[in-house]
Amino acid sequence: MLTAPNTTETTIVLNVNGAEHPVAVEPRVTLLDALRDRLGLTGTKKGCDHGQCGACTVMVNGRRIDSCLTLAMMHEGDRIVTIEGIAAEGALHPVQAAFIKHDGFQCGYCTPGQIVSAVALLAEGVAAERGAVQKAMSGNLCRCGCYPHIVDAILEVRGER
Amino acid sequence: MSQPLIGAPLDRVEGPLKVRGEAKYTIDISVDDMLHAVVVPSTIARGRIVEIDDAAARGAAGVVAVMTHHNAPRVNQARETPHDTNLFLLQRDAIEFDRQPVALVIATSFEAATYGASLVRARYEPEPPEMQLDSAPRYVPEDIFGEPAKHRRGDPARALANAPVAVHQTYRTPTEHHNPIETHNTVAQWRNGDLTLHDSSQWAFGVRRRIAAVFGIDPERVRVIVPYVGGAFGSKGTMWSHVALTAMAAKLVDRPVKLVVTRAQMFGWIGHRPQTEQRISVGSERDGRLVAVTHDVLSETSLHDEFVEACGVFSRDLYAVPNYAMSHALPRLNISKPTYQRSPGESTGSFALESALDELSYELGLDPLELRLRNYAQRDPNSGKPYSSKHLRECYVQAAQRFDWSRRTPQVRATRRDGMLVGLGMATSSRSTFRSAASVRVQQHEDGRVVIGCGTIEQGCGSPTVYAQLAAEILEIPYERVQFEFGDTRLPAAPLAAGSQTSGSVGSAIVVAATQLRERLARNGGRVPPGGISFEIEEKPEEEEPYATQGFGAGFVEVEVDPDLGEVRVVRYVGAFDSGRILNAKTARSQFVGGVVWGISMALFEKTRYDRRNGRVMNADLAEYLVPTNADIPNPEIIMIEEDDPHINPAHVKGIGEVSITGAAAAIANAVYHATGVRVRELPITPEKLLT
Repeated sequence: MLTAPNTTETTIVLNVNGAEHPVAVEPRVTLLDALRDRLGLTGTKKGCDHGQCGACTVMVNGRRIDSCLTLAMMHEGDRIVTIEGIAAEGALHPVQAAFIKHDGFQCGYCTPGQIVSAVALLAEGVAAERGAVQKAMSGNLCRCGCYPHIVDAILEVRGER
Repeated sequence: MSQPLIGAPLDRVEGPLKVRGEAKYTIDISVDDMLHAVVVPSTIARGRIVEIDDAAARGAAGVVAVMTHHNAPRVNQARETPHDTNLFLLQRDAIEFDRQPVALVIATSFEAATYGASLVRARYEPEPPEMQLDSAPRYVPEDIFGEPAKHRRGDPARALANAPVAVHQTYRTPTEHHNPIETHNTVAQWRNGDLTLHDSSQWAFGVRRRIAAVFGIDPERVRVIVPYVGGAFGSKGTMWSHVALTAMAAKLVDRPVKLVVTRAQMFGWIGHRPQTEQRISVGSERDGRLVAVTHDVLSETSLHDEFVEACGVFSRDLYAVPNYAMSHALPRLNISKPTYQRSPGESTGSFALESALDELSYELGLDPLELRLRNYAQRDPNSGKPYSSKHLRECYVQAAQRFDWSRRTPQVRATRRDGMLVGLGMATSSRSTFRSAASVRVQQHEDGRVVIGCGTIEQGCGSPTVYAQLAAEILEIPYERVQFEFGDTRLPAAPLAAGSQTSGSVGSAIVVAATQLRERLARNGGRVPPGGISFEIEEKPEEEEPYATQGFGAGFVEVEVDPDLGEVRVVRYVGAFDSGRILNAKTARSQFVGGVVWGISMALFEKTRYDRRNGRVMNADLAEYLVPTNADIPNPEIIMIEEDDPHINPAHVKGIGEVSITGAAAAIANAVYHATGVRVRELPITPEKLLT
């Protein structure tokens, strides 16, 4: 028999997209579900809840991670950036603009995770060749089959830097 | 207007919403007072529930109710028509397949419902499931999508017996799960006996009809809203059990309920592409002219439902073969109901036929492309009708030229590059094109803005963009002035968004409606009358079309195979497709590329693996059910052979979402044979099959 989980809610403060958000969570709540269900930031998507698809990719202190694989409570004091915080209100990040230009999405569901992953990848300083970008983006599954266009978009932004 | 709008590679109009994470999918919907439900799936594939202990779950913090076959509202779960789907709605204790729903836990949060579900204990009386395709009881279906399941022309047995050259082989394709990244999910809300559903679906009107039948209520009392759909590929064309379970739960607790199917549960009651076993015989003259083809198909179905993977359609309709026969038989297994997946029948059927033709080409010592050209059909070999348009020859020629097919030498296992075996292969693509009745409402406001409403859905095919382009060109206004509303049964009725039929159906209705609007404006001196204009029209195909309607293409592939590890990489893919009128060159290319990616995936990766002793899925997650990653996919070169096809439908379009998956797996298997000398007749082409 499982031990009953601790269901006591504690109010923590999450720094998301530059703003402090007090949020009451049980210890078992993932960062993904805290963002989506408690803070209403539904741009970050759930695809597998097992760290296998990358739809839930966010940046924590500049690193891209699967937000379904980590608990919200572990991130007090961290800088969390989601798709909603990639660009200033009303503006597009160059990666977002390039995804539109190159049609790097169809259904659009994996797209927030792809874009957050791509923004972090550019900061990581990956090699400029196609194959290197492909490998560095292979943690984000796209079922519509937009991979070539995702790479085109990233290469264009990388070239401009 | 100087530049034509139709065909222009415009950016998707919903692009900014999607790249900002602002596009709303069903999974993003929350309503006031909403509870969360999680399904408890069965852990056996056949038998019955003896006892279900939900006391611990009921006592868990946050759990509001547990629904089992003891307390579920009584509803109609049986199908109404032969092609409908029986649902599994906690009405009985019988278990027919792995992960069939046995309980639903409803709680104040997703976490509480998930934990509650882990506490439900079901005790079963299991029976050995029927899981063997070749030995399970089988039957012959009466029809496949309204057409005969058996078909014969000429005397194929005699022609085969007399054929100077013949190939007789069996090809196998596995069970495949669609696995859209947005899993199926539903939000249900009752108000005074009226039901509102948000559902991730390919057919709002289909859901409305079926859910109304489940509850025995007037469909007018049901509203189905479908926001953006996060991938579907056929899997969301049928209303599966969880949709009704969500509505039942909402009734039971008298509050709105949201249910998200987990990734592991996607391998349960959600449909899949059925595994097939296809026996093919092809016989030809020495010069390669085909004299006979026979194609006998086994495709799995479930215990009480019928789905036919119509593989034979591909061989029936493609080449000029005087003597032909196909048959389909359905073994009944302890699985959930199979369903259509991107190019049903023709994706799987093309693997068999186009592999067999490649084998024949080696028997003949004839170039595989030349073999296809020698059997080119000028008229539909099935109906004898002329084609509304066909530019397959141009597809072959242009793709072969771009690919430089002439460099191919016939010897197998003869080319190496950097230690890798290199092989070239090709295959023909073909997908039948059809359409259904669709209605649209057109409104033009006094300021000139046009709003077109249709209850179809948006799953990434570009509908809001291409329909704005179509209407704007006819009305001679900027496309930004046209807005397309979709995804709601309060809008005019649309058909199932599948089978590559949406642009042919909805797009045609828009052409007719926009043309009418233009004429009305012309009669009014070109001015919008005070109060604006609003009207609704329905457009439907003729009962008997005078032309055969089919999309074609050709795929040329270069693979590298690691001789030590058996790993296959597709390093080049050139596909050319005759596609009717292209509405938007950018979104069209994306659809063709998507189909090629699915073809590569079918060839090399996808297979749902069952433990056939107990009927359970062994790889029910995205780490073990392989779909391609970015690094697995080359940059396909797509050639769109534009054609004006005024006969096919008012929009002059062929479906383009599916044709490019057809033939792709065969082209890759053929290239792998050329590289290695190993003929793989059972997909996927995994490394161990190449280590000989």
